[in-house]
Amino acid sequence: MAEILNMQNICKSYYMNEEEMEILHNVNLTINAGEFISILGPSGSGKSTMMNIIGCLDVPSSGKYLLTGNDINDLDEIDLAKVRNKEIGFVFQSFQLLPRMNALQNVELPLIYSGLSASERQRRAKAILERVGLSDKMRNLPNQLSGGQQQRVAIARALVTEPTILLADEPTGALDQKTGAQVMELFEELNRDGRTIIMITHDRKIALHAKRIINILDGYLTEQEVQLDAI
Amino acid sequence: MLFESIKMSWSNIINNKLRSFLTMLGIVIGVASIIALVTIVQGATNSISDQVNSLGVNKITINAMGTSLKQGLTQDDIINISEVENISGISPTISGRTGIVFEGKVIENATVQGKNEVYFNTDTSLLKSGRTINILDIESKNQVAVIGSDIVQEFYYGEDPVGKELMINGTTYTVIGTLAGSDGLGIGSNNDTVIIPYTTALRNLGVKNIISLDVYLEDTNLADDTVTNIKGVLNQAFNYKEDAYTIFNMGDMIDTFQSMMSMMSLLLAGIAGISLVVGGIGIMNMMLVSITERTTEIGLRKALGATPNRIQLQFIIESIFLSIIGGFIGLLLGCLIAYVAANLIGIGFSISISIIMLAVGFSAAVGIVFGYMPARKASKLNPIDALRSA
Repeated sequence: MAEILNMQNICKSYYMNEEEMEILHNVNLTINAGEFISILGPSGSGKSTMMNIIGCLDVPSSGKYLLTGNDINDLDEIDLAKVRNKEIGFVFQSFQLLPRMNALQNVELPLIYSGLSASERQRRAKAILERVGLSDKMRNLPNQLSGGQQQRVAIARALVTEPTILLADEPTGALDQKTGAQVMELFEELNRDGRTIIMITHDRKIALHAKRIINILDGYLTEQEVQLDAI
Repeated sequence: MLFESIKMSWSNIINNKLRSFLTMLGIVIGVASIIALVTIVQGATNSISDQVNSLGVNKITINAMGTSLKQGLTQDDIINISEVENISGISPTISGRTGIVFEGKVIENATVQGKNEVYFNTDTSLLKSGRTINILDIESKNQVAVIGSDIVQEFYYGEDPVGKELMINGTTYTVIGTLAGSDGLGIGSNNDTVIIPYTTALRNLGVKNIISLDVYLEDTNLADDTVTNIKGVLNQAFNYKEDAYTIFNMGDMIDTFQSMMSMMSLLLAGIAGISLVVGGIGIMNMMLVSITERTTEIGLRKALGATPNRIQLQFIIESIFLSIIGGFIGLLLGCLIAYVAANLIGIGFSISISIIMLAVGFSAAVGIVFGYMPARKASKLNPIDALRSA
């Protein structure tokens, strides 16, 4: 399988009160196309920083990060924005839908930044909303949708650009157990269709939906094999 | 890309109607006051200029009191002046006060003026009935008179005065015409005036020289050159003596007046411009608040692939929108105020394209200048911090 993500000796430090704090220590990680990975760790473990770096929202302090073969360290702010637009589909814990836009407009949003025409945007956004089962809710504003529906709109928005990686940060964190399970089902379906998914969570049960689990603790990665019977 | 940014900015303004309106208000007031003040001053300037123009801008008035050796101008001097280029006519005025008599009725201290045909030719509305003094009257020093309305009332009530005779300073004159009553500005009333040929006046009234002279120009654009040339003639006539004469150019006066008024409108516009700056600060303040409120949104947009330039453009367009819409409302309001004021004061109302361009241009500039800093701040937001603040 094609390698889409390769991290070599990634370190990330922040300065707090002039004191250097290293959050990630020599992280090495390789992800191939079509994988479904959980990055599992408690709060403060560095998993948010990990997500920011994978999602090109932040750049590593040292080490090499190749995303679809491109060295992220070489990119400036404008190129990083383009990479985020093209390669990454973000799903956030709190959905992050724009409240004054309806579902369709929210899903179209990343395509505006891709520079697509209005008709093409609509066509793609409608298709993907149908895919997540919301063809009858396209004109609804976020506050007219349930939490599960809102997260599905957010997932549709993440998928509409056909990104290389679907990057989800605690995607079930704001949902009840039942709707959370539905979202995970959707993720599994998407993965079966060949979508690469990286999911960041603190919830072991949620993490077990992935085929590969990477533990993160105090900035160190350790990988564990998933026992299929544990699911 | 620009279109999408405009659409986003617009929907954000619409979604915050009251706040957007209040923000615009500063610009509205600024632009409205500039338009209103400048237009009113311009209208007043035009009205006054028109009135002065109606007195004749193509006219140079010479007052030659002369020196102790030579008082006033002689006939020869006038011929010399008339040889200066760009002169269409010369109208000398000899003025005196004397008693006039008709069939036992007496008017003491009537104004008797010696004029020529040029005086009547420049303003055909002067004559009410009969005929004017013509070149023949001047050359043969005819004893004819054109009389004012008061004299008509006094001497010939109910009768046609033309053809009647009257005595001026002991000499008999024939009435050839009557003057239209005047209520004009500045000229003063000619209702008690008798006008006779100036050559006749020189002979009969005991006046030797001509002190007052109106020179009419062919081309007012060359007025300065003509004045210089006339000065040359007068300097020779009075042997380069200072203060022997004064030249009053009506065109000069209008120029001075107009430049004074445009200074004043500039000053007023400047004062009103201060309120535009205040309005601009209002916009900046609102944009900063809006950015703080929408930190998460900005972070999200960045995560979805918006470049910093995109974010900056969106916010700058938003502030330009606010200021241009404000400018447009201000323009309408300013025109309305100026129109009402012009009608109340009774001056002309005309709005100039340049002031409209200035107002709209200035408000757009305010939008850019005061929108730049907040927009730049938004574009610099770190998407991680921005998303986390939710």
